[in-house]
Amino acid sequence: MTTVPAASRPPLEARAAKQRRRLRWRERGITWLLRLCAFSAVAGLLLIMLFVFREALPILTDRETQKEASLRGFFSTPLWQPVGAVPKYGLTPLLVGTLKVVLVAMGFAVPIGVMAAIFASEFAPPKVRELLKPVIEILAGIPSVVLGFFALIVMASWIQAVTGAPSRLNAFNAGIALALGILPTVFTVSEDALRAVPRSFREASLALGATRWQTAWNVTLPAAGAGVAAGVLLGLARAVGETMIVLMASGNAAITSANIFDSVRTLSASIAAEMAEVVVGSPHYSTLFFLGGILFVTTFFINVFAGLFVDRLRRRLAGA
Amino acid sequence: MTSSTLPAALRRLPKAKPFDWGGRIFSGLTGVAALLVVLMVVVIMGNIIFFGWRTVTWEFLTAMPREGMTAGGIFPAIFGTCALVILMVVALVPFGVGAAIYLHEYARPDAWYTRAVRFSVNNLAGVPSIVFGLFGLGFFIQFVGRNLDRALGLDVVWGQPALMWAALTLALLNLPVVIVTAEEALRTVPREMREASLALGATHWQTIWSVLLPQALPGIMTGAILSVSRGAGEVAPILFTGAAYFLPYLPQLPTDQFMELGYHIFVLATQSPDVEATKPILYGTVLVLLLLTLLLNLTAILLRSRMRARLAGRTS
Repeated sequence: MTTVPAASRPPLEARAAKQRRRLRWRERGITWLLRLCAFSAVAGLLLIMLFVFREALPILTDRETQKEASLRGFFSTPLWQPVGAVPKYGLTPLLVGTLKVVLVAMGFAVPIGVMAAIFASEFAPPKVRELLKPVIEILAGIPSVVLGFFALIVMASWIQAVTGAPSRLNAFNAGIALALGILPTVFTVSEDALRAVPRSFREASLALGATRWQTAWNVTLPAAGAGVAAGVLLGLARAVGETMIVLMASGNAAITSANIFDSVRTLSASIAAEMAEVVVGSPHYSTLFFLGGILFVTTFFINVFAGLFVDRLRRRLAGA
Repeated sequence: MTSSTLPAALRRLPKAKPFDWGGRIFSGLTGVAALLVVLMVVVIMGNIIFFGWRTVTWEFLTAMPREGMTAGGIFPAIFGTCALVILMVVALVPFGVGAAIYLHEYARPDAWYTRAVRFSVNNLAGVPSIVFGLFGLGFFIQFVGRNLDRALGLDVVWGQPALMWAALTLALLNLPVVIVTAEEALRTVPREMREASLALGATHWQTIWSVLLPQALPGIMTGAILSVSRGAGEVAPILFTGAAYFLPYLPQLPTDQFMELGYHIFVLATQSPDVEATKPILYGTVLVLLLLTLLLNLTAILLRSRMRARLAGRTS
């Protein structure tokens, strides 16, 4: 700067204008970068959809693949035997297996989760509540492979001793372990919804002479109903898609039966167990991606429904 | 108020509440449910700590597995897990925080594109982890990797399971966690600080970089830690994107395969020829993974509660 004579320097205003222009371009560039980051979430979801369905596409379009695995075959074949001399890709045992495990899991997780949430928001003294919340956070933080391990090594023997089930690993065992996995979701979402109900609702009910239980059951729970439903749905979506727990605890035998003490194979566990051995591009490979597509679509719609319930709760409480 | 103006229903109310037996029983049941949850957590943790703590020695943490993984340590699995989550965080945090800044600072709340981003974030969080694994295989390995190899004229370098692809898959899985926590953190920064900075002539980005981000740092850290904890525990997404059953060496490059704690647990628990012989090692590995994730979660919870306390202190 010292070598430049003062007279040849651009005037102050011009320099300021130049700097402003530079700053404006920088701002614009940064805005675009940030926008790109935000849209990476949209791109991620679209890419997942695109590539899961792309790899499953041969089932609908490729003649060679359809000789082995086709949509009609999925539902007309009663067996799932993908590595036999004549591979059989019947989805019935997998769908039934998934349904059984999910029903057991929901049967335990929903009553316990919702009741515990009612307890935490309505009846528990503050001290007990402060203790309960971290315990749930610990449960939520346990990796699913650890829950699967526990169900496989420890819980299966206990359950077999109590029920006398013929196989150690069965739908009931996997369902209980899965219930542990989705309990935190059901509890946390329900409890948040119950606590979002304004105090005035409860006070009005108590002032009218209702007991605390009557208030909880007839006033708070219905007011938070949409949120509790959202918690149950989010738990359901997790149960349908959860993999490691059922892979380790269910026994993985593709049996079609109504007995919850039979060993089962679920959609998610089939993908996890078989994908490592398949030839890329083979009918089996496409079929496993098709199963992934089923899981994606199912959980997607359940989650969208759950989102609608959350919106409804928010509007309802905002209007109150 | 005279009794004649009272509604008829109020006049008919009984003087004293009758004892509500049904209510007592049901509210008691809710307590039992809560107790049951606590008991289950205590039993699981107790069992793992009781059978695991003897195995976890310095040697166990730093030695290679020996004799078909029935003896020795789990060092490669710990190393692989660390390498995995570090790569994941490096890829994830800039994107996640950038997205949160955009959503909170730039986007119009009701615009269609804002709603599209929020919808995607919510639903990305609900995609099953095994589907992320399929996506990693179909997109990163079969599409990106294979085409990269073809373009560079290589044999098979990128188009196979690798540390990098597993890390990227986990990064996408954890994107919602980081976006949601970072946005929550941005909300805790008082409006006045932003306005003061803008009033002094700072641009929008200068305000974000020098005022908002330092203030929101604890919250952003919370999100990063939570994602690390989740990333360390997720096994389904890395099953076919990079985790290896056993490797006699440590991964050197992002294109190498790796051993991982969660996958190691799965392998030891389900594929071991001699379950009884591997049991001590199995319990030790579970305890290490559990302690790792719990410590990370605890840090995140403490950071978050401090942040929420600050928020509560401001609005009241």
